[in-house]
Amino acid sequence: MSFLRQIAAIIRKDIIAELRTKEMFSSMFVFALLAVVVFNFAFELRVADAATIAPGVLWVSVTFAGMLGLNRSFVLEKDRGCLDGLLLAPVDRSAIYFGKMLGNFLFITVVEAIILPIFSALFNVNLIQTWILVVLLLGTLGFSGVGTLFSAMAVHTRAREVLLPVLLFPVAVPALIAAVKLTAGLLDGQTVADMANWMQLLVAFDVILIAVSYMTFDYVVED
Amino acid sequence: MKTLRLDRTTTLNIAAAVAVVVALYLALVQAPAPANVDTEAQSYAQRIIYFHVPHAWVGFLAFLVTFLGSVLYLWKGERRWDILASSSVVVGIAFMTATIITGSIWAKPAWNTWWTWDPRLTTSTVTWLIYVSYLMLRSALDDPARRARFAAVYGVVGFVSVPITFFAIRWWRTIHPVLFDTSNMGLSPNMRFPFFFSLGAFTLLYFVILIQRVRVERLADEVERLKAATLASRRW
Repeated sequence: MSFLRQIAAIIRKDIIAELRTKEMFSSMFVFALLAVVVFNFAFELRVADAATIAPGVLWVSVTFAGMLGLNRSFVLEKDRGCLDGLLLAPVDRSAIYFGKMLGNFLFITVVEAIILPIFSALFNVNLIQTWILVVLLLGTLGFSGVGTLFSAMAVHTRAREVLLPVLLFPVAVPALIAAVKLTAGLLDGQTVADMANWMQLLVAFDVILIAVSYMTFDYVVED
Repeated sequence: MKTLRLDRTTTLNIAAAVAVVVALYLALVQAPAPANVDTEAQSYAQRIIYFHVPHAWVGFLAFLVTFLGSVLYLWKGERRWDILASSSVVVGIAFMTATIITGSIWAKPAWNTWWTWDPRLTTSTVTWLIYVSYLMLRSALDDPARRARFAAVYGVVGFVSVPITFFAIRWWRTIHPVLFDTSNMGLSPNMRFPFFFSLGAFTLLYFVILIQRVRVERLADEVERLKAATLASRRW
């Protein structure tokens, strides 16, 4: 089986499993929604213009909901022995990494797609703009890239999935900062050319961290 | 009274202790007062630079050592690289904590606030958090081989993310004094000797503490090995 076919097979497996139960997707979506609503209450009395905090709230909600998705994907694998099955199958370890990563990326993106219109309405900002969507995808990609590696580590620990936020947040900070800066700038009406630095930072983060995660994934899943 | 145990590292330990005391004297007594500050409090606070900046550099050195140890462990699989990486993290966290605290002490008279989310401070905090998370990861894993492997991977990924975080500084307006932009480093010539001496003293201190920690880890390993051997050899 070619490399791309292996990746596609793993993604397909995750999608089929998820379509049957929809447990991961529904918990991510409800969580993101709850986060948005709670933030609304938390900041409403203090902030005159809701649009100023919208980028931050969006990214925090996406991050936390994404964390849930990342956790579940490996917990399910480990609990049912699927991880052993994957390792025994004649696929490259790196195909497993890319397959899981793209699967996670897909799930988080679907949740974002549904959350975005709701968010835009609640905060009265127009988030459905091309470049904002690009930033959203790039940020989610980097987050999934590192998050997949760390969740593969976290499931083996005593603290289990509780450790994932502890491991992931400090490392994902540059992507988060860049994404929030870009989203805020785009909402303010700046062009991407004005904020080229931040875009470069985000892309560099994605490329470098995904490369490093891909190279070290072998060490994490081997026994 | 038991005699002091003297060995190869004792001279190094004593040298480090002496160097730190001399650095203290140079920084607090000998170095000239700064010229371009407003209040007396700021004049005294400026002396923190002899500690704050060396601690920051040594902290980063420690994390660089961790990165190298992690890479070597993943490559060769030998326990001594894991010991080096984990020992260096602990010392690095100590120095970074000192950096953040001394920086905060300096900030109050200089900027009239204990803390600000200036990018350099943010990066230091994030770096500090990465290595605290490293320790949490280690403590959450029981199997020694897995612990060493996962910690090494996290050490590599964590270290790679730090320069990226650092570059966020370049593209923000920053109020943190930048040490290398001006031609004379922001320090007058008389200040340079105390500064570099202090840097050397604290680097020496880092190595001394690192060596002792590595020894403790090796002794702990030896104890485990002896324990296992004794339990295995007894006839129950």
